[in-house]
Amino acid sequence: MTNALEIVGASKAFDGRPALRRASFACGWGEVHALLGENGAGKSTLMNVACGLYAPDEGTIAVDGEPAAITAPADAARLGIGMVHQHYKLVQRFTVAENIVLACRDALGVRRPRDAAGAVAAKAAEVGFEIDPGAVVGALSIAEQQRVEILKVLLLGARILILDEPTSVLTDQESVQALTFMRRLADDGHAVVLITHKLREVIGYSSRVTVMRGGETVLAGAETAGLDAETLARTMVGEEGEAPERHARPLGEVRLRVEDLSVRGAGSIGVDGIDFAVRGGEIYGIAGVGGNGQQELADALTGLRAPARGRIAIDGAELAGRDVPAFRRRGLRAIPADRFRTGLLAELAVYENHGVTGVPAGEYGSPALVRRGAMRAAAAQSIEAYSIHGAAPGTAARLLSGGNAQKLLLARELRGEASVLIAHSPTRGLDVSACRTVHELLQGAADAGTACVLISEDLEEVLALSTTVAVISRGRLVGAFEAGQVSRAEIGRLMLGHA
Amino acid sequence: MAADFVQNWLATTPGFATPFLLAALGLMINERAGVLNLGCEGMMLVGAMTGAVVSFHTGLAGAGVPVAMLAGALVALVFGIAVVVFRTDQVLTGLIIVAFGDGLTGVVGRPYMFEKVAGFRDLDLGPLSDIPWLGPILFQQDILVYAAAALAVAVWWGLDRSDVGLRLRAVGEDPATADIAGVNVQLFRLAAVVLGGALCGLAGAYLSLASSFVWTEHMVAGRGWIVIALVIFSGWRPGRAVIGALIFGGAEALIPRVQAMGFDVPIYLVGMLPYVLTLAVLIVPTILRGERSPAPSALLLNYLRQDRR
Repeated sequence: MTNALEIVGASKAFDGRPALRRASFACGWGEVHALLGENGAGKSTLMNVACGLYAPDEGTIAVDGEPAAITAPADAARLGIGMVHQHYKLVQRFTVAENIVLACRDALGVRRPRDAAGAVAAKAAEVGFEIDPGAVVGALSIAEQQRVEILKVLLLGARILILDEPTSVLTDQESVQALTFMRRLADDGHAVVLITHKLREVIGYSSRVTVMRGGETVLAGAETAGLDAETLARTMVGEEGEAPERHARPLGEVRLRVEDLSVRGAGSIGVDGIDFAVRGGEIYGIAGVGGNGQQELADALTGLRAPARGRIAIDGAELAGRDVPAFRRRGLRAIPADRFRTGLLAELAVYENHGVTGVPAGEYGSPALVRRGAMRAAAAQSIEAYSIHGAAPGTAARLLSGGNAQKLLLARELRGEASVLIAHSPTRGLDVSACRTVHELLQGAADAGTACVLISEDLEEVLALSTTVAVISRGRLVGAFEAGQVSRAEIGRLMLGHA
Repeated sequence: MAADFVQNWLATTPGFATPFLLAALGLMINERAGVLNLGCEGMMLVGAMTGAVVSFHTGLAGAGVPVAMLAGALVALVFGIAVVVFRTDQVLTGLIIVAFGDGLTGVVGRPYMFEKVAGFRDLDLGPLSDIPWLGPILFQQDILVYAAAALAVAVWWGLDRSDVGLRLRAVGEDPATADIAGVNVQLFRLAAVVLGGALCGLAGAYLSLASSFVWTEHMVAGRGWIVIALVIFSGWRPGRAVIGALIFGGAEALIPRVQAMGFDVPIYLVGMLPYVLTLAVLIVPTILRGERSPAPSALLLNYLRQDRR
C-alpha cells in the first residue's frame, strides 16, 4: 500500500541553526500517525515543510506515492494536505460562514456567507459535529473554534490532515472528543498526523508513531501497539523519564487562610464560597477541568481581582481587597497561567524581568537610582543556578522558549523568602524535562517552608506533587483529600461534577 | 419666526453634512482594511483646490469632480505606498500628508485664491421642491448631496454584503489569516487607501464647488480631523456615519443662522460647537459600549508575511 505522505531526508536551517537534520517521515492512509517529540524537536518544522510554509534546504516529499513539488501552501492544498496550526487561522469577528467563504471561496465556489451555510452544516453533519454557521467565531469556545478550523481544512478538500498539538489548549474532556474525532477521520480513510508531546495521546489514539529529537527522526513509523509509555518517553528525551520524587517534609503553621471566598467571574463561573488553609511546607493541589473558576481564584489569591466576599489572610494578616503590592509585601509569590501576560514583560530584557520585583523592595539601590549592574549580576547568577538556556542578562524575554521563560519566572519569584506561592498551570505547554525542573523547584519551595497552592488542569501533576488534593468544580471546592487517600477515579468523578 | 429659523436650518444642514459624510465613507473604507488615514485633511485640501482650478478653467463644475477625486486618489497612493509597501508608521505618515496637502495647495492654489468658480446649484425638482417644509429640506439640494446618500448605501453594501467587502474586512481584522486564505493583503489595502483618498478628494471638492464656489487657502478648516472622530462615532458603520454627518452638519449650519439672527452669543462659543461635539461623540460611545471597541482589530498594524513565526 502506498504511503499517503512521505518525507525523505529533509533538512532545514534558520539563520545557520539547524532545525531539521535529514529527518524522514512516512504515514499511510487510514491511520492516525503520532509525531512525538519535545518542544523544539522539529515536529512542527517538519510538518510546515509538508504543507508548504517552509522550503526545505534538502529532501524530497511524495504524496500518495508520487513525487510532489510543494513550494507554497497552495501546492500542498491542491495535493490534499491540510494543516491545523496551533494558532487558528480564523477571523475572530467573522461568523463561521464568513470564515468559510474567506478560506474556501474557490474550493466551494461560494461567494456569500448565506450560500456557504448549507455546505458548512452538511459537512459538519457528515463528520459528526454540530456547528452553527451563523455564530461569531470569537464567541465560540477554543474547542469549537478548533472544529471550525478542521471543518475548513476538510472543505478545502484535505485528505491528509496535520494537527499541530491540537489538545494543548483543550480541557481533558474536549481533548478526548477531539482525539476520538481524529480516529474517526482516519477510519474514513484520511491520513491524520497528530503532532504532540503527550504520551497518553500517542498510546491511546495513534496506530503508528514517529519520534523526533533534535531535528532528527529517532523512531520511524513504529506500530504503537508494541510500545509502552516508558519506552516512548525514553526515546523522546533520550534518557530515562521518571515521575517526580515526592519529598517528605514536616508541615508548619497555617500561612494562607481563605474563608468564604467568592469572586465574580468574567463572563464565566466565578468562585463561590471557598474555604481552605495551607500550612508551611504544604503543597495544596487544586485539580479541575478548565473554566471552573481557577482563573478567578488565582487572580483573587494574588490580589489581581478584588473578591466579592470573604477573607484571605497570609500569616494572619487580612489582605482581601488589597492591591498586589500589599500581597507581595506579605511574601506572596505567583506563577500565573499565562506567563507572558501577567508573568513576564516580553519586550524587556531577562535581567529587567528578573529584577523588576526587587526594585521596589530596595534590592537594587533606591527606586530613584537603580543599580543596573547589580541587576545584571543577580540575573546572571540565576541563569546559572536555574540553567536557563539561551539567555544572557540582556536577552529579550520573548526570545526564551516556554520552559526557559518559566524557569526565569520561578527564579524571580523564588528569590528571597516566600510565604505563599500560587502556581497556576505552571507546566502548561512545557516539554518533559522542563516539567521536571518546574516540579523540582515547586517542591524545593515547599521544602523551604513556603505554603504552595498548585492550581492545575493536569491531574497527574496534582497527584504527583500535592500534600493535599482538592477539586474545584463550578467555582466550589467539592472535595479535599490527603495525598494517597483518594483514587484517581474518585477525583475524576468530582472533576466532572458527577459526585 | 422660530419656525422659519428651524426650517432654514434644516434645509441647509444636508449641504453642510455632505463633505463630512463623503470623507467619513472614504476613511471607513481605509480603516475597515486596517489603515488609519490621518491625512484626510490634506487630501480634502487637494481635492478642494484641484476641483476649483479645473472648474475655473473649464467653467464646468462637473469637470472638477473627477479631477478632484483623481487628485485625492494620487495623494492617497503616495500615502498608501509608504504605509502599505514600505510599512512606515501610519500616524506619522498621515500627519505628513496633511502638512504636504496644506503646503501644496497653498503654493499651487495661490493664483486662484478668491476666484469665483462654476459650482453646483441646488436642484429644482418642480412640484417636489415646492412641498411646504419637506420640499426645501429634501428636494432643494445640489446633486452631490444625493450622490453622497447613494454612496453611503453603496459603501454599506460593498463592505458588509459583498464578496470583495468580506475580504477587505478580513484584511483589516486579521491580515495573517486573510493572507493564508489567498487574499492579496497589500493589494487590498492599497486599493482601499486609494478609493478612500478619492472620496476625501470629492469631499474637499464639495467645499469649493458646492458650498462656497471659491478656493481659499486652509478652507477645509479642520473638517478632516472631525471626520476621523466621526468614523469612530459611527462604529465603522455607514448608516451611523449618515447620522453623525447630519449632527456635525447641523451644528455647522447653526453657526451662520445664529449670527444672522443677531443673538447675543459670543461667536467663539458658537464656533467651538463642532469641536465640543467631537469630544462628546468620542466619549459617549465609549461610555455606552463599555470595554469592547468595534474598531477593526488590525487597525494601525502594518503587515509583513513571516517566514517563521
